Amino acid sequence: MIVLDRVCKSFTLHNQGGTVIPVMQDASLVVAAGECVALTGVSGAGKSTLMRLIYGNYLAASGRIMVGDVDVARAAPRDILKLRRETLGYVSQFLRVVPRVPTRAVVAEPLLTLGVPEDEAFARAERLLARLNIPERLWSLSPTTFSGGEQQRVNIARGFAHDYPALLLDEPTASLDATNRDTVLNLIEAAKARGAAIVGIFHDTAARDRVCDRQVDVSAFAPRAAA
Amino acid sequence: MTPLLQVTGITRTYGARIGCRDVSFDLYPGEVMGIVGESGSGKSTLLNCLAGHQRPDSGQVVFDTRADGPRDTVAMSEPERRMLGRTDWAFVHQHARDGLRMGVSAGGNIGERLMAVGARHYGDIRGQATDWLGRVEIDTARIDDRPAAFSGGMQQRLQIARNLVTGPRLVFMDEPTGGLDVSVQARLLDLVRGLVRQMGLSALIVTHDLAVVRLLADRLMVMKDGNVVETGLTDQVLDDPQHGYTQLLVSSVLQV
Amino acid sequence: MMRPGGDRVGDDRTEAAVTDPAYNFAYLDEQTKRMIRRAILKGLAVPGYQVPFASREMPMPYGWGTGGVQVTAATLTPDDTLKVIDQGADDTTNAVSIRKFFQKTAGVAVTERTADATVIQTRHRIPEHPLTEDQILVYQVPIPEPLRFLEPRETETRKMHALQDYGLMHVKLYEDIAQNGAIAKSYAYPVKVSGRYVMDPSPIPKFDNPKLDMPAIQLFGAGREQRIYAVPPYTPVVSLDFEDFPFDPSKADHACDLCGADTSYLDEVIVDDAGGRMFVCSDTDFCGERRDAGHRGAMSPPDAAVQA
Repeated sequence: MIVLDRVCKSFTLHNQGGTVIPVMQDASLVVAAGECVALTGVSGAGKSTLMRLIYGNYLAASGRIMVGDVDVARAAPRDILKLRRETLGYVSQFLRVVPRVPTRAVVAEPLLTLGVPEDEAFARAERLLARLNIPERLWSLSPTTFSGGEQQRVNIARGFAHDYPALLLDEPTASLDATNRDTVLNLIEAAKARGAAIVGIFHDTAARDRVCDRQVDVSAFAPRAAA
Repeated sequence: MTPLLQVTGITRTYGARIGCRDVSFDLYPGEVMGIVGESGSGKSTLLNCLAGHQRPDSGQVVFDTRADGPRDTVAMSEPERRMLGRTDWAFVHQHARDGLRMGVSAGGNIGERLMAVGARHYGDIRGQATDWLGRVEIDTARIDDRPAAFSGGMQQRLQIARNLVTGPRLVFMDEPTGGLDVSVQARLLDLVRGLVRQMGLSALIVTHDLAVVRLLADRLMVMKDGNVVETGLTDQVLDDPQHGYTQLLVSSVLQV
Repeated sequence: MMRPGGDRVGDDRTEAAVTDPAYNFAYLDEQTKRMIRRAILKGLAVPGYQVPFASREMPMPYGWGTGGVQVTAATLTPDDTLKVIDQGADDTTNAVSIRKFFQKTAGVAVTERTADATVIQTRHRIPEHPLTEDQILVYQVPIPEPLRFLEPRETETRKMHALQDYGLMHVKLYEDIAQNGAIAKSYAYPVKVSGRYVMDPSPIPKFDNPKLDMPAIQLFGAGREQRIYAVPPYTPVVSLDFEDFPFDPSKADHACDLCGADTSYLDEVIVDDAGGRMFVCSDTDFCGERRDAGHRGAMSPPDAAVQA
């Protein structure tokens, strides 16, 4: 489902003398449907960079990033947008939403974008919020004022609203208590069971061991020559 | 799928000074594209050329019309272009005063486009005006008030209602949140996002506010000195800018 | 109804100072009349379209009907019989002045009887007596542009006419209904001529609007604004309205207190300082003819009633 083939990435700082900072070289990775792969490596090794490359948030310098039949490294913006709407979900560590939009709508948005009828989308959003123990009185409020843990759970609910065939999870269990952590892991296992290909970053080793089929150390993709 | 708008080689100069040069892009149905750049970068000139307010020196603006398929709007006759301007196109000005009739009630402002395309039933027109006031979150009891009695945010929302009442497919927005308080901006952004999704609108949004495009635009075009220096997915351009100018622009934004 | 300034044209001193042969027929020179006739023909060819023309200075102030006078001057022939009315009356200062003006400069016959006239110059009314194909009705027009109070720029209003961009006209009517519960415009009520141009029928009461589709030629002259427009015989003229607020050519719910007519347009006249009032036909000729034929109204003088 997700195939990376010799992906390279560097940053060129035009305003600082054109300095080129290579950050990734020849990253290759295959994630099959129903498989969960954990990215490991020390902080700064490039785990998040790799996730962002797969999501199309960073532009690859070379190589192929296939998600389904779309090469994210080459695809036109609208193809990537379609991929993100239908195929590729992303749970980031940060919640970025329009202020004032109620939590219920934030979670339902991916479904509404796909054309799911409002009542159905909201019903699903509410089930997820309830499952993640977001008190019902908060559903009509904007998540921008929520605590870190609550925001994280809203983010997860949003990421699992639609059954994406491919999922990117950036620290999904960070800052969660035991109960909620268990709920999130159940969600991930359910996604695997329905055949989702998942790439994740888990600092929580117990969680990683529970849901991940294998680990890939991104240090292997560190640029060789530049160091 | 046919692009809703195909822009090819749009150039507009003012004597020796360049407004915008050789701008080309496609916009597909349902897409929202942001055009960013600092004052004088040519983004407003470009928008005015695309919306038919200014005539480009060269280039094509091909719009996929309902009746006749793709047509070059630059070469269209004035009546045809005006008809587009009050049916399938909408233009939201930065200053609501430029886009509203200040001497006409809120209901009359919303109804004008309907009447311009032949609506002749007062009750229907008023019903639609009432519906749209609700959709842009203005108290429907104020339907007979003039916009001068409205706050800046309400005026801007009224302008949006007035423009969207005929169910356009393409909306041009020139700094839609400029001059509004931050809290009012958020409400407007939320409203625009909702309408874009519900109505399947395509939009071109000119702004210098990167936060606005991050929340509203799927794609981004960065302009400098009349030239397009970078295009791409909004979050990709903002998080991994490739051009020196974009890097400068992104790094110049104050973090909150 | 009376205008300040008095009846100057009919003044004895003026009459003594200039003799009739000093004028070309109908005052204007032949070149000017030809220019105006060309504008009239163009106006007839494009019903409702405002044709610019080089309006001349006339020996009367703007607002006294200089546009109508020029159109009449260009239309009159020595065989014509002229009638001039102001708000329906033949005997106001304005009507008398213009009638005398043409008696003196053109030597044409004049009449107060609608049926006898071949050319009728009018200010703010259409005669009650139906007009025929042999007659020409000339209107005095103060502001020819129906869009003027909505859009002040002439360049823009011309473009709006050219593109039939008339949404704004209905916005005005919408505002009327929103604020007053009905279309409040009672005179100069906008019409669409022959399905094309929106036209200001001059400040006639909207009661007269249905008569605009008639056998006679209708010419409109605006002197200060330098515009001539026309409605040819039997041209469809539709008053703008909404489906659910249809045009209503309302009149006072009353009959004429002098002749008893209940279909004519009425003026309300205050008769004392105790709130007394009466309604009378605004068309004095129509009212007079009816009274001559023996019709009487509720407030007719007793002697007349006895005679009948």
